[in-house]
Amino acid sequence: MLTGKVWKYGDHVNTDLIIPGRYLDNYDANHLAAHAMEDIDPSFASLVKCGDIIVAGRNFGCGSSREQAPLALKASGVGAVVATSVARIFYRNCINVGLPIIICDIADDLSTGDTIEIDLSVGEIYINGTGKLISFDPLPDFLLDILERGGLIAHMRTQISL
Amino acid sequence: MSKTISEKILSAKSGVDAYAGQIIEAEIDYVMANDVTAPLAFQEFEALECEPVREKIVLIPDHFVPNKDIASAEQAALMRRFVQNWKLPNYFEVGRGGVCHQVMVDEGFAAPGRLIVGADSHTCTYGGINAFSTGIGSTEAAACFAEGRLWFKVPEAIDVRLTGTFTKNVSGKDLILKLISDIGVDGANYKAFEFSGMGVNNIPVHDRLTISNMAIEAGGKTGIFPCDAATDVHLKGRVRGKYTPVGADKEANYSSVLEYDLSELDYMVAFPHLPSNGRLVSEVDVEIDQAFLGSCTNGRIEDLRVAAEILREKKVRDDVRMIVVPASTEVYQQALDEGLISIFTKAGAFVSGPTCAACLGGHMGVLAKGEKCVSSTNRNFIGRMGHQDSEVYLAGPAVVAASAVAGKIVSPEVL
Repeated sequence: MLTGKVWKYGDHVNTDLIIPGRYLDNYDANHLAAHAMEDIDPSFASLVKCGDIIVAGRNFGCGSSREQAPLALKASGVGAVVATSVARIFYRNCINVGLPIIICDIADDLSTGDTIEIDLSVGEIYINGTGKLISFDPLPDFLLDILERGGLIAHMRTQISL
Repeated sequence: MSKTISEKILSAKSGVDAYAGQIIEAEIDYVMANDVTAPLAFQEFEALECEPVREKIVLIPDHFVPNKDIASAEQAALMRRFVQNWKLPNYFEVGRGGVCHQVMVDEGFAAPGRLIVGADSHTCTYGGINAFSTGIGSTEAAACFAEGRLWFKVPEAIDVRLTGTFTKNVSGKDLILKLISDIGVDGANYKAFEFSGMGVNNIPVHDRLTISNMAIEAGGKTGIFPCDAATDVHLKGRVRGKYTPVGADKEANYSSVLEYDLSELDYMVAFPHLPSNGRLVSEVDVEIDQAFLGSCTNGRIEDLRVAAEILREKKVRDDVRMIVVPASTEVYQQALDEGLISIFTKAGAFVSGPTCAACLGGHMGVLAKGEKCVSSTNRNFIGRMGHQDSEVYLAGPAVVAASAVAGKIVSPEVL
């Protein structure tokens, strides 16, 4: 179960907004986290807490294939991303770096600062405060397995028994 | 059952009779990475403690090279060390390469029927020459370095039926900006564009590459053209190995159909801050500070020729900077041989060697607060080319060149 405070954003939050291109000269996780969401929400990097959850509208993570985008969010403490729809490459990158990503149309029910609980394996989001319970299609088992192991490479290491 | 081009290529590469919606594991022909995405891939690859599939890996530094600062120099150095450690055959050093996607085309890696992945979202470019190519992340690139294969969901395809022929200097850029404006930046999410119709034969290969390059700007997984005589001519003398053209079956299933008559298109410009904010150039009034010609979208020799023809005997306006960045060493050399570079410099433009340059706000033309740039690149997101309060307007090479002279966004015919 993931529990965290909501940071809410709109549609088409692209990877340049999540981590601007000017910071891609260094892939250190702390460097990326320090600039996460900088051009859309300058307060995010300094105020985000471990376990917080990003909730957004359509097409989250569109644009560049830069894996630095989900890495910046993960390193800044974000515990999960929930969006109405997600751009294809960003979706795969989240799974591969071990950042839970959920497709669920929930943004209209939430504001920044709300608290939600996510059950990844059952496919449910519980909104503290209103008590509303919203279902989503749970991830297939093989993707859950990658997430639980912390990403694709950790998963592959178990497959080839390193 | 009938198949789309995407279904055919993914079936051939997976050994499975695959249709849209299926998840398959397929052998890739090549996996490409650049100086921004490769270092992360190396870190992940090393954790797998195995040998790389050497001949399938192509490494091309392009984003921040020649190194713009110490941090980017360290990333490029990591690439060089990885290449030396593993004795990789396909590495293109600064001065012998350029923007990764143009190098993949110049050097003949991209070819009909191939399955190519790259840790860069514009890997979809090679669909212009009938390859199924798509962008992936660094971790997946690492997995490909190790195994030479990857899982794919076979995409549904959108049939884009083309008729007619372009007029004036209207080009592939105008078509793709119109298409993205019509369906939106997520209008093709998880889907492939497949181009068809008599109009395809009227689109030169370099314009097909421009169109396929921006499939991702509508969320597309790829954008594929059929192979024709023009494709074969383009490949002659550069393609590595043999290739197998792949066409769609007549009864193939498409999720939707879009139709465009190329003769009805006019110059387009996409306003900040989404590529889908397309408008007709004839209906806008925007003064500019900078004009940028280059990138994997429109930095090819044909793009430079169009711009040079417009700039010949003219001057870039006093209060405008024009920056020209040929997409590869091959393009740069050709432009030199044809005298195009001289036309640019005499017009007052700055010309650099091949690199991604200002396209992603790295170097060579980063914008200050409030500045506006008309650009032949592919993205106009907030902060893409510099300050978060700067603005990027996307257009084709003819409009970029004409705007540099006029100081505002115009078509070449009004000069």
